[in-house]
Amino acid sequence: MNRQPIKDNGAIDVRGLTKRFGAVQAVAGVDFDVREGELFGFLGPNGAGKTTTINMLVGLARPDAGTIRIAGIDCSTRPKAAQHLVGVVPDVSNLYPELTGFSNLCFCGALYGMARRDRQARARELLHAFGLSQAADRKFGGYSKGMKRKLTIAAGILHQPPVLFLDEPTTGIDVASARQIRQLIADLNAKGTTIFLTTHYIEEAQRLCRRIAFIVQGRIVRIDTVENLMRQADGRCAVQFAVSRHGAMLAEAMAAAFPGLECRALGEDAVSVASPESVHVGPLVRFIEDHGAEVFEARRIRPSLEEVFVRVTGIEAAAMRQDAERARVGGDL
Amino acid sequence: MNLRVALGSIIAKDLRAYYLKPPHLSWGVIFPLAWAGMFFIRSGSGLDSVAALLPGVIAVSVLFGTTSMLAVTITFERKSGALDRLLLAPIPLEWLMLAKTVNAIAFGVANAVPPILLAGCLTGFSGVAWEEVIPTLVLIAVSSAFTGLFVAVTASEVFEAQMFSNFFRFPMLFLCGLFFPIQQLPAWLRPLSYCLPLTYGADALHASIRQSGQMPLSLDFGMLILLSALLFAFSVRNIRRRWIP
Repeated sequence: MNRQPIKDNGAIDVRGLTKRFGAVQAVAGVDFDVREGELFGFLGPNGAGKTTTINMLVGLARPDAGTIRIAGIDCSTRPKAAQHLVGVVPDVSNLYPELTGFSNLCFCGALYGMARRDRQARARELLHAFGLSQAADRKFGGYSKGMKRKLTIAAGILHQPPVLFLDEPTTGIDVASARQIRQLIADLNAKGTTIFLTTHYIEEAQRLCRRIAFIVQGRIVRIDTVENLMRQADGRCAVQFAVSRHGAMLAEAMAAAFPGLECRALGEDAVSVASPESVHVGPLVRFIEDHGAEVFEARRIRPSLEEVFVRVTGIEAAAMRQDAERARVGGDL
Repeated sequence: MNLRVALGSIIAKDLRAYYLKPPHLSWGVIFPLAWAGMFFIRSGSGLDSVAALLPGVIAVSVLFGTTSMLAVTITFERKSGALDRLLLAPIPLEWLMLAKTVNAIAFGVANAVPPILLAGCLTGFSGVAWEEVIPTLVLIAVSSAFTGLFVAVTASEVFEAQMFSNFFRFPMLFLCGLFFPIQQLPAWLRPLSYCLPLTYGADALHASIRQSGQMPLSLDFGMLILLSALLFAFSVRNIRRRWIP
């Protein structure tokens, strides 16, 4: 079975996607698109709506409103045609524990109509590529967590789907396996597979993805390239002071004395200071010493995507909380 | 997309993973034999009662064998997330569910074999219309499988499936005319009997084994097909609502 090319330029196109479970608004009017060959990250805290979104995209949940197009196919009118084009790696390794690794892969190939010879050849190829050849004839139930994850990914790509959904692929596995899986994901993408990756490991998304969407409380609060997001962080200056004592008191006093700075205590022995402009260290060191603490070290902190994530989602979450409170007050009135 | 390959693989996988496992195989023999032994030996009327009891024993064996396996296997796969893998495949839901029920139907029909053989050894097979018995067995198994599917869709845990199955199965022992005619039931219970597929299956078995059916065979078959279709349609509708929320 050869990979089917995506005729349309957009691999995934989502407009106004909405889903409510009872009183909970799981996904609220989400819009985004993923281009062919792109590795797109979908980041958010637990309960943000990541899995609900992915379930709607792959046909395991029905949207209340909105449209989903996979490779130009409208998923509401032709869900099975769209499912033929996607591979899914769920957040749990859900293969059959009583079947061997090889049998599991062959079974998954058969579900997509692959001929026996093709699926057996592809299963062997993937077992080899994922370093599982030795375990091919062992039952899946006896695999380690890392091996289970790898075989679940292999099952998702067995039929060579042009679009792959990966839900938390490295959660709960050891460092070596996670690194290997990240390399496999990068290789798959390099070979042309469009990948939609949900994760709450920000560093993983930063390393793998070209574009990232932040989702909080069912809403996308930011979509941009990793480069642009990092540029936003690069514009800020952050310095961390290692101090002898009074971290919390110092952060509070510094915030009052230097209104343009964001001061945060990192325990009792460190304070971080951030500003959109450059931070002059001299006055800060003197200020700390005047308040009875010694400064052991002052170093510039390299900005990370995590900082951007916290800042963007934090601001938006607070705004949404205010919106929700306003709506509740309005409702009460 | 070769649908035949996909459906064949689901059937073969289920057969290997569940139905051909030694505990299930032995259960498929021991359970119907236990039913048969219990009724034949303890009925108190000697060998004369075997023919009268056989339709009921066959129907019970098929009902219990089919519903137990299907409700448990589907609930187990649902719980482990493995069923999601099937729902994600480009297979129409109706075909998928038919593939999941095929083995249960065959297992149910196989469950009828031990009591039939035992009865044959005890009293012989004279007067049995096999051309009617076999389609009746298949239709009872089909309707029981779809009852099992209906239960599996409703339950979220394996133990719930077992409990919920019994909620349907045990009343059927008394309501469906298996061991005594429906006419002996209180009048207010009889409409309920006529809503249950096993009533028509048991009547067809009584007709084909002892020539003592209460309704025309065509009505029995027609009602079995109709109720099976309704159960299947209702189950598929529930699957769409509950499993693909």
